[in-house]
This record gives sequence, structure tokens and C-alpha cells, in this order.
Amino acid sequence: MDLRFLEASPSKVEKNAIDVALVGTDCGRDQLLPALHAANDAVGWISEGALNHICRRLSVPPAEAYGVATFYSLFSMQERPRKVVHVCVDLACKVNGAEALVAAQTDFVVRSPCLGVCERAPAALAVEAGGDASYLMPELPLPQLGDSSLRLLRRVGTVDPLSLDDYRAAGGYAALRNAFLLGPQGVIREVTDAKLMGRGGAAFPTGRKWAATAGQPGRPHYLVCNADESEPGTFKDRVLMEGDPFAVIEAMTVAAYATGCTRGYLYIRGEYPRAFAALTNAISVAHERGFLGSNIMGQPGFEFDVEIRRGAGAYICGEETAIFNSIEGFRGEPRSKPPFPVEKGLFGKPTVVNNVETLANVLLILTEGCQAFHQVGTPQSTGSKLFCVSGTVPKPGVYEVPFGTTLRELLELAGGVEDLRAVLLGGAAGGFLRADEIDLPLTMEDARAAGTTLGSGVVLVLDGTVDVGGFLLRIAEFFRDESCGQCVPCRIGTVRQEEALHRIVQRKGDAQDLLLLRDVGQVMRDSSICGLGQTAWNAIESAIDRLGVQL
Amino acid sequence: MTIVDIGLPRRLVEFTLDGEQVTVPEGATILSACKDMPTLCYGDTLEPANACRVCMVEVEGSRTLVPSCSRKVEPGMVVNTDTERTRHSRRLVLELLGSATDLSTTPQVADWMADVGADPARFGPDAATVAQPAKVDNVLYVRDYSKCIMCYKCVDACGDQWQNTFAIAVAGRGFDAHISTEFSAPLPDSACVYCGNCIEVCPTGALSFRREYDKRAEGTWDESAQSATTTVCTFCGVGCNLTLHVQDNEIVKVTSPHESSVTHGNLCIKGRFGWQHVQNP
Amino acid sequence: MGRRKREPYVRLTQPLVREAGILRPASWDEALDRAAEGFRRNIEAGGPDAFGMFSCARATNEMNYVAQKFTRAVIGTNNVDSCNRTCHAPSVAGLAKVFDSGGGTSSYQEIEDADLIVLWGSNAREAHPIFFQHVLKAVNKGAKLYVVDPRLTSTAKWAHKWLRLNVGTDIPLANAIAREIIHSGLANRSFIERGTEGFEEFAASVEEWTLPVAELETGVPAELIRELAHAYARADRAQMSWTLGITEHHNGTDNVLSLINLSLLAGQVGRYGAGLNPLRGQNNVQGGGDMGAIPDRLPGFQDVEDPAVRRAFDAVWGSSIQPRKGWNLTQMLEAMERGDMTTVYIIGENPVQSEADCEHTIKRLSNLDHVVVQDIFLTKTAQLAHVVLPASAAWCETDGTFTNSERRVQRVRKAVNAPDGARDDIELLCELARRLGHDWHYDGAEQVWDEMRALSPMHRGMSYARLADLGGIQWPCPDEDSLEPSFLHARLWETDPVKRGRPAPFSVLRHSPPVDELSTEFPLRLTTGRRLDSYNTGVQSGGFESPMRRGETLDLCPQDALDLGVVADEMVQVSSRRGAIVAPVRIDEGLRPGLAFMTFHFPDEVDVNVITIEATDPVAGTAEYKAAAIRVDKLVNL
Repeated sequence: MDLRFLEASPSKVEKNAIDVALVGTDCGRDQLLPALHAANDAVGWISEGALNHICRRLSVPPAEAYGVATFYSLFSMQERPRKVVHVCVDLACKVNGAEALVAAQTDFVVRSPCLGVCERAPAALAVEAGGDASYLMPELPLPQLGDSSLRLLRRVGTVDPLSLDDYRAAGGYAALRNAFLLGPQGVIREVTDAKLMGRGGAAFPTGRKWAATAGQPGRPHYLVCNADESEPGTFKDRVLMEGDPFAVIEAMTVAAYATGCTRGYLYIRGEYPRAFAALTNAISVAHERGFLGSNIMGQPGFEFDVEIRRGAGAYICGEETAIFNSIEGFRGEPRSKPPFPVEKGLFGKPTVVNNVETLANVLLILTEGCQAFHQVGTPQSTGSKLFCVSGTVPKPGVYEVPFGTTLRELLELAGGVEDLRAVLLGGAAGGFLRADEIDLPLTMEDARAAGTTLGSGVVLVLDGTVDVGGFLLRIAEFFRDESCGQCVPCRIGTVRQEEALHRIVQRKGDAQDLLLLRDVGQVMRDSSICGLGQTAWNAIESAIDRLGVQL
Repeated sequence: MTIVDIGLPRRLVEFTLDGEQVTVPEGATILSACKDMPTLCYGDTLEPANACRVCMVEVEGSRTLVPSCSRKVEPGMVVNTDTERTRHSRRLVLELLGSATDLSTTPQVADWMADVGADPARFGPDAATVAQPAKVDNVLYVRDYSKCIMCYKCVDACGDQWQNTFAIAVAGRGFDAHISTEFSAPLPDSACVYCGNCIEVCPTGALSFRREYDKRAEGTWDESAQSATTTVCTFCGVGCNLTLHVQDNEIVKVTSPHESSVTHGNLCIKGRFGWQHVQNP
Repeated sequence: MGRRKREPYVRLTQPLVREAGILRPASWDEALDRAAEGFRRNIEAGGPDAFGMFSCARATNEMNYVAQKFTRAVIGTNNVDSCNRTCHAPSVAGLAKVFDSGGGTSSYQEIEDADLIVLWGSNAREAHPIFFQHVLKAVNKGAKLYVVDPRLTSTAKWAHKWLRLNVGTDIPLANAIAREIIHSGLANRSFIERGTEGFEEFAASVEEWTLPVAELETGVPAELIRELAHAYARADRAQMSWTLGITEHHNGTDNVLSLINLSLLAGQVGRYGAGLNPLRGQNNVQGGGDMGAIPDRLPGFQDVEDPAVRRAFDAVWGSSIQPRKGWNLTQMLEAMERGDMTTVYIIGENPVQSEADCEHTIKRLSNLDHVVVQDIFLTKTAQLAHVVLPASAAWCETDGTFTNSERRVQRVRKAVNAPDGARDDIELLCELARRLGHDWHYDGAEQVWDEMRALSPMHRGMSYARLADLGGIQWPCPDEDSLEPSFLHARLWETDPVKRGRPAPFSVLRHSPPVDELSTEFPLRLTTGRRLDSYNTGVQSGGFESPMRRGETLDLCPQDALDLGVVADEMVQVSSRRGAIVAPVRIDEGLRPGLAFMTFHFPDEVDVNVITIEATDPVAGTAEYKAAAIRVDKLVNL
């Protein structure tokens, strides 16, 4: 390509960091995100010189690379202090004193959307250029640690997450061995018969997805593990990845075997430094020990590798097609469907996308069998589910309970709530339940019947002290900030929604504003490209209609 | 191998459009079967961008409305283009666009707004807009992003769909998303080669020729007094079709017919701007 | 020393005549009378061959038709030519020699549908940008692009593989590719047997060009030569395109033939998607030749030496066309020097600035008794004229047609009125014809066109109405009811020898290095080319401002600049065996040591053709603009 560059050169540090990041790669467009990270990590921002160097190395037009870099909130295009503190001002942190934490900082502060550590709200993550990232909050053990009924979480906090042998000693790689015994078709049958549904929010039957991908004639097939857990109030996948990283790798290997993938991408959100480190280690150890690569566990002809990709601050990249664009080195904008990922996904090839928790369930199914898996949960919602309990609750954290447990029981596990005002179920894209509705059994079907959703397992508790108007405004702000900007209903609609809500909360609104919210909400739901815009009005609508919030 | 190109045999697909049975070639979009469907981001020479959401229609069995510009017709599909839901969607999309963007030079949009009763002013005087000063950083063209609806067409025309120069891209996110060179560098420092193919596809007048911009500013731009005549470029031997827009016997703008098999609406700097020599007095 | 910034040319709106050595305004009658009188005087003195017509590759087909008709029917000579001599005459000559037709063989759509594209001596990205879009469509669909060029041009930057050959070593490279194809068993035997002749002699002639020998001569690594040979021969559909890097050499026609050889060898011609395409440099250089504005062909590319053809034309024109071909542009310039040619009629051409070794051209034109220039500007050539006739701009002030590089005839339409005082070319030719005793009159361009297509079988089916309806039509188009395939020479694939017709001959070619030899005195090789925003001598493109235009420069690689002790923007003296000019230095990392580059877009600032060489191709008469030997000296501060 006959590219043209601005006159700017990288510093030695920038150049070196970028070159190191590209060692061993084919310098394709899909290395753009890692290269941008390398520059941003090294000096804290992305200079013209650094961008030029990246573009020359990868043959990417500078305007496009700039467009990609500016898509992500973790990248700065202006010079800034080497140390930056990301303070979460999102839902769970907002009701737990986020603003006071912002005010208390002496370092350069970036107000951040949900950092995914809601159990330790208010959360803050300090990042030093050329150095490490660290949480500023005290550690908090898993609330159910030691509970023998734990299935998905059984190894979290009990095995050394850096040790493959520890993992194997705790039952690791038994599922993959069984998968090889069953063969790809057999694995898909087990998963289908287990009625496993996706745990990322959409609850699509995993077996059907796998069968559809496996049957696609196009090659290669790709596997993407969606670990871009960014729904405000969600942190279950982080806990799994930090505490049981080899399980994620083993489960990806099983999925790849079943669906005929030779390459997998693990896309993890950029704000999870500890999970990233744990998984990077797991991949490299698994590779060293022959659990990734060719002839895995002696299985002839089976080859699988995992590449880890770090997001850079964009909620939308958790959308199943936006994640492809992000991996490929383009802006993380969702694609129009159809075609669906199983047919044309990553790099235009058949792709299966699974959430971390979904994959973790696969290991259970393959070790205990689909019939035993059925024993837990309800006939339609099988197995157990991780819930992210946060907000004004005594013992926040990730809880694993069988499907069918009521919300009340879950809240009691978390220490009970006095003066319960409402629960935000499913996250910012979910909806509110009133205090009198908490006997709802937590299943996909009961949630649907009650006109709500379990979403990604968010259970965000609001007691009487919470300023609901301000909370809703934060939800509106979140969608405004996280809209990718591709389609008109969402790009402008989320702004108009926030403006109208702002007027209403400040008591400057009128009946017209309510009509306006409904009109805008409807067009976002009807005509947005992806789930972000389609659900951007859900929580606010339910606050009005279900909570009877007087706006 | 055949000596003559025999092409691909094409199947036909039947579906229901507004209650009538319609047959189209396999692979055709819903839009291609519709008459007078309003759309802003659709470009007849470009892949559908799916961005403006003006052309949404109702497809039976679909949870959301679907963009007619990109959705391919499937056998037996039942499509309705004029329902309460589609009209609501179109009204809101036009209201949202009109509230944020200067649509004063966007052809047809006023008619569409009147048709669905859109009132962009309903969001109040404090509604955020993309208003900003026009970028006038070179002698050939002007970028007035107050009029930009983010249809992606200029980026696609500059990028791998046609020009492959990649001088501009979408930068930023959400409401702050905008068309930009790297680090917002002025065009003369960018990769721009002034082919004007971005202007050719711009649906709103956000991108315009300097001559047009200046004449509008001085109040002498008069489209009703302009003729459009298609001829052939005088520079190299490729034979690009030029449509000369002439006002008072002066060439004021050059476009290219999109259906031309030579240009598909694209030109280079010489074709687009190299006409001044005939009228240097 | 400062750079001269030229003001744009302004339109001519009044006829001029020379009196007492200077051009003064005149009435139309006076100017036309003097123009006609001068022609009559010279023909009476020296016979019809004392007259030469420089027709215009930028004017319409209709104007070219009338100009050559004027030359042949009114004056009675075949001395008519146009600037295609300075660029693509070797392409026409080469293609016509092998295929009996001088056009590129394929359509742009076929470029998009090709599997492999070779651009040889072509910086299409800058010189033919919209053609290159078709190439990029193919590349983005997965086609492979090979670029053969001494410079790392913006075109070469798009290539999957770039073959950087030494200037003037095209034939060794092509022959080595041919040898490799033959030795690898990849020669297309079916096609060679059906559609070609002379294969055995050709195969023997390339035998000396082994990969190592070729690498040594061309500078292209043997492995790359091998790769291109295999890729070209193996591709299902391969396109070969070239521009002036092939033709502007003293042996340009041989260069063209060397590429045609490859297409014959691999069977990459005469099929949809496979072909040979010279990219024409001017809007109607294809049409000018098709219309007979060349010394050896009548309209429709019909041989002037064929009595039956002449009879047909004489019958319609009431003429008696000379039975032998006339002089080409180069030969006309030589005839001027000898004194055999004493008058010329130059329409829309600027040979003073476009010809190599321009000082020499000025001298020759100054020799003439009577020079008539018809142009829209007072060019450097017009300033030498005895009579200057202000014309209209073909592409926007007249009706007619142009023919492009894919042989597509397209309608040109009048969009603006010519400035007061300028007149239509055809009208002026008719005025002169009437003054020379031929009562010519045309009611518009369509009448000219219909007269022409009645005489030219390959244009016969192209009515104006049809051209408008179909967005242009590619020739040949013999009847109004059908269209031919978009490519030429399918006949060569026919199994029936009768339908196949004359086989396409292979050409045995010898390497002949550039005439202007490098020496210790002139150690650098200068090659020339175009930039995106400028065009030829800049008379037209200088009329608009371009944010990219930087004026003329001498481009050197960083190493040469270092060795010469010069830096960017420094003014240096550039000398050849013919003259010297001064230009600023520009550093271009796409050049290799020993190779320098200049354009020819800014002759009023820096007249590059002072130093280029006039060594011409013996067949086509095109000069070796692409290879001069130069030296570069720092300017001495006075």
C-alpha cells in the first residue's frame, strides 16, 4: 500500500515496546490492538510517532489506526501523567461512595465505567506506564469459599491458579480426555442434551450453536471466548479467570475439538490485569506442557492454539460481532446480522463465540454427564448459575446457586437487605424488580415470564438510601458513553435519553419528556443495529413502569 | 476455462412486499425491490453501511425492524414498508438526525420529514448537536462536519471500496464519533489525494467543493440555474465520464455518473478539479 | 536563484498573425486567408509532401477525422501524425504487427476479474488513477499484482512483488521470463499450436537468457524472475498492462513485442480476462489513430497502401489519396531539418515542450516558411507560429466522441460555450478547406461521425443514439444490432484454421541498451514520469491549484544525495550531453543509487526536455525519454 505518514518518529522506548509486542507475529492488521496496547502501556499514551511506527510495521493506514485507537477509552491520544488511577463511578460503586474516592485521589484520575470488581466497591485501579496495574481496594475472599456444593467455583480460592499440576490434581483435563473419547459429535450431543444455555446474557442453547458451527463447510473455524465482561455489575467471569484460569483454557480446547476450530481467541476486557496475567500464564504453561499446540494429550491430528487479546475499554466489544472487529484490528463496531457468526464470523469464517461461564459448565457436563448435569437446576434452566451480588448488601460477591433458587434466598445468602428498595436484575440492559417481587425463582423461564431477564447474572441491590434518579441517570450516561456511534438511533438516541432524564431528575421536565423517552426508547429498541441500543432503554423503562419511579 | 465469460447462473426469489408477490434475483436486497424508499447512508456504488436506519422495514418473524438496504430477500419473506412501527421509527430517526445535524443542504429530507410528521425541535433548544466551524484547510474542498450524519460513505469511498487512499476514518465513539484524519491533521498533511470521491458520495453537503462553498457563502450558488452535461475527461486515456455542472457558462462542479462502467462515479484530482484551464480569463 | 512560478495560461480569443517578426491581433478573415495562402504557397513550391499535419490526441474523433481528411483530400499527402508518437506509437505498432489491430485487447471489467495483473513500466496509481481502481478491485478480491519498474512507485507499493529492473533492460527480463516458462513446461502448447507462429525460432532466441544471466543484466533477482514467469503462465486469467516505461525507449516497439511474446507463450490473450493493455496517456490518443490521424492508416485502422481501401475513401471524398504512407512526426521533424518540409499545421499540440531535446525542435520549427497553430492557449509552440487560430476546448466546448484505452467510444458533449473569439476546430478546418478550393461543410459533429462510420467497418454500428444509450461502445462494432465481446482476438483460439485467420507471430528480439550511455562524465541514469496532480507539459493541469503540487524536482536516492553532497531543496545543475538545467533536489527513498527521476510537467520552470535524448524507435518514432545519462553538480555561489 502507498501509505503516507505525518512527520513524527517514535521514541526509543515506544519503538522497542511495539517491536517486542510484534515479535513472532505475522504483523497482520489483527496485531493493531496489541501494538496500541504496547505503546500505551510503555509511556501511558499513544503519540504520533508511536502510531506511525505501528502503522509502518503493520501496513495500516494512519487515519484508520487513529480511528481504532480513539475508539477505546483506555488509550490516550494526549500525553498524560505516567500514573493514572481509574476510579469506577458506575452503578455498584456509585452507591458505595465512588465520588468520595475520586475526591480523595492525588494522582491523575480517570472516571471509569464499571471495572468489574463490584464486590469491593468503590473500586479503583492504578496503572503506571511501563509498570504494573494494581487494585487499590483490600482483597475479599469468595463468600462461599469452602462450600462443598460449589461446582463452577469449586477450584476458585482452593487451587493455585498458576499451577497446571494443581489444576490437574483437582480434576483438570478429565473433561478433555472424555471429549476425545466421545468424539466431536458426541461432545455436541452431551452439551445439547444437557440443555446448556449461554451465560453471557442471551441464553442461546450452546449445543445448537456448536452443531451449527461444526457443520459449516468453510475453513478454518474459529473459537472466541468472550471474556469482555463489561455489563455494569458483572464480575463472575473475572472471578473464574483469576481463580481457575486453566479451566477456561481446557474448556476452550473442548469447544474447539467439538466444533473443528484450530485457533481460539480469548478476548478479555482491558481492565482485568490480574485475570489477564493468570490466563497468559495458563496459556503459556499449557502450551509448554502439550495441552495446547498439536497432538494435544496425544490426540492425533488435533491441533489448537489460543491467542489472548486484551480489550481496551469498550463495553460494545462484548457484543458477539463487535468482538470480531476488535480482534481483527478494526473499530469495535457490531456487524449487521445476518450473516450470523456461525456462518461468517471472525475473519469472515465460521466462528463460535462462548462466554467464560458457559464454557466452565461444559467441563462439568463432560465429567459428570448430561444426565447428572440435569439434576441441578430446573428442567428448562439446567445447572447452576453464578450471580454477581453487589450494591447495598452486607456480603457482596459472586454466588453460585442452582437455577430455581429465589432471589430472596440469594439475597439472604448475601446477608439480607434491610429497607430493600429495588433490585436491578441483569445489569444496565436488564430491569428492576420491586421489593415485593423477590420471591421470583431465578431461572431463564421465570425471569422471562416476569418480564425481565437474568442477563449476565447481575443482582444489584438498592436500599432506601439510594438516590434512584441519580442511579438511572448513571445508566443513561453509561449507554451514552458506550454507544459505538455507528447507528443513528443509538448514537443520538442515548444522548437524547440522557438529556430528557436529566431534565426530569432535576425537576425541569414535563409530560413531553416522558413521551420523548418512550419514543426514543422505542426507536432504539426497534431500529438499533445491536443489543446495546436495543436494550439501552430497558432499565429506565422498567424503573418507570415497574418501580413506579415518579419522574 | 471458457474463451467468453459465461457468468454465474442466477436464481429468482419470491417474497411478499406490502401485500404483493414480488420476484427478485437471489441476493437482491429488500431496498432494491422498493420504490422511493428514503435512505441517507445507502450508496449505489458502495456496500451498505447500515448506519442511518432511515430505510427500516418490518419483516415478519423479526424481533426488530430490519434495514432494507442490506437485508437480502429470502424466499417467502413477508415485508411491510409502511406500518405504524416503521413510520414511528422513520419519524424518530429523522427527528434525532435533524436535532443534532444541519440538514439544510440534504436533498429530499424535508419532504420525508413532512411525510412522517417529524419535529426535530422537540428535543429542546439545549439538545446537543455536532455544530462546529467548517474546516477550510485547502483550496479544493471544504469539510463542514456540522452537516455530517456519520453515514460512513466518504470513508468507504476513500478506503478499500474505491480509492484505497485511506486519508480519513471514523474516529472517536458514540456521539463524539467523527470523520477524521490521523490526529485531526489538516488535509494537506494527510494522505488525501483530492480525488473528491468522498464529495461524490456525501449525502448531506458536509463535504463540498470549495467553489460551491464560496458561492453559497456569497449567495451566488443557484442550482436551478445550473445545467449538467456528461462528457469525457481531457486528461489521461482512461476515458472517465465527467458531468459538468455549469452556471452562467462557468463550470462550478464536476461529478461522475455512478453507472459509468469506467468510473463508477470516481475520478482523480485532474478530472475532478482540472477544468479551470478552460475558463482562466 | 529563485524558482519561477508560472502564471496559468489564459485562453486565446483573437487570431494572431506574424508581422515584422511579432504576433499581432488580426481579424478571422485575415488570419484564415493567411493560413490558407501559406499552405498553398508551400505546396506549390515543394509539392504536397512539403506539408505536415500535427493532429491532436486531445481533440475529438470527429476533429481528427476531418484533420486527416484535410491532409489527404485537400493537401494530398499522408503526412499526418499526432503526439501518440511521443508515447504509445510503439504499442500500436507492436500490437498491429502481431494482431493486425493496434488496440488494447481487454476491458476494464476484465481487469477486475483477472487472477493476476502485471503492470510493466506503468505508474498507474498516479498516471491512470481510475484504471488503477479497477486493478485494486481485483487485488482486493484476491488477484496477485506484479509491478515491473525501476522505481518504487506508489503503484509498486501495492504490488505483491516488485521487480526492480535496470532502466532499459525490459527485453532481457521478458526473454528470461519466456525462457523460464518454456523450460518449466508451462508454455501453453494448445494456444501456441492453434494461434501462433514462429515459436521454435523464438524459443531458440531466448535460450541465452538464463536466470543468472538475466539477473546480472536486469538487476532483478533470479528467484523473482522465476516467480513471475510461473505466476504468469499458471494464472487462469492474466493481464499485462504497460505504459511509457515500455514505449519511451529507442527500441519501444521491441519492448512491446517482448511483452506480447509472453502473452502468446502463456495463452494469456484472446480470452475473457486475459489480455494485453497499453494504458494510453491522452484522452483520445487511441481515437486519433483509429481516425487515421497517422501516416499509414486511414480511418478504421485501414491500410493506406491497400488500393481497395483507398478506392472506398476516394469515392466518398472525391480525392485521390497518395498510395504510400506518409511521414510520422519524427520523420516530419527530420524533413523540416533537411528542408523537405516547409509548412506545418499544428492543432492542439505543443511539440516545442513535449518533444525530447526541445532546443532541437525549436530550431527545426524555426526553419519553416509557414507554421499555423490552432490551440486554446498561446503555447510555446504557438509563439513560433506565423498564424495562430484560437480554438475551442474539445472535451467541454464541442460535441463528438473520444475513444479510451479499452477501445470504448464515448460521447463528448458541449457543456459550456467557448469564450468569445474562439472557434470550433472542425469549423476552422472547413474554413481552410474552402479557401483551398474544397467546399466543405458539416452540420455538427454527428454528421462527421456518420460519414466516418460509413467508411470504417469497426465503427459502423456506433450511432450517437446507441453510444448514449449504452454508455459508450467498444470497437469493433460492425453493426447496429449487436455487440461484440469485450476483448479482442478470440479468433486465435478457434479450432477451425479458417476462422482463426493469420496466426500471431512470435518476435525474435535482441537486447539493445539505452543509447545515452553512462560514463564517468554522465554517471547517473535519468528517467522521467508523471505525478498524480499534473499532466504532461502542465498547460492544462497548471490551470488549477493543487495542494499536493511541489513543482519540478530532481529526485535522488538518499545515498546519491549524500555522495553528491546535496540536500533536499538545494538547487543543482543537471546536465546531459545535450544541455543543462537547474532544479531543486528532492529525496526519494524509492530510487536506487545511480537512478534519478524528473517529471516533465513544469517546462516553463524547468525544461527537462532540454536534457532528454531524441534517440528514437526506428519503427514507431518514439523518443527515449526514459533513459538519459546525466550528471549533477552543486551550483557555485557567485
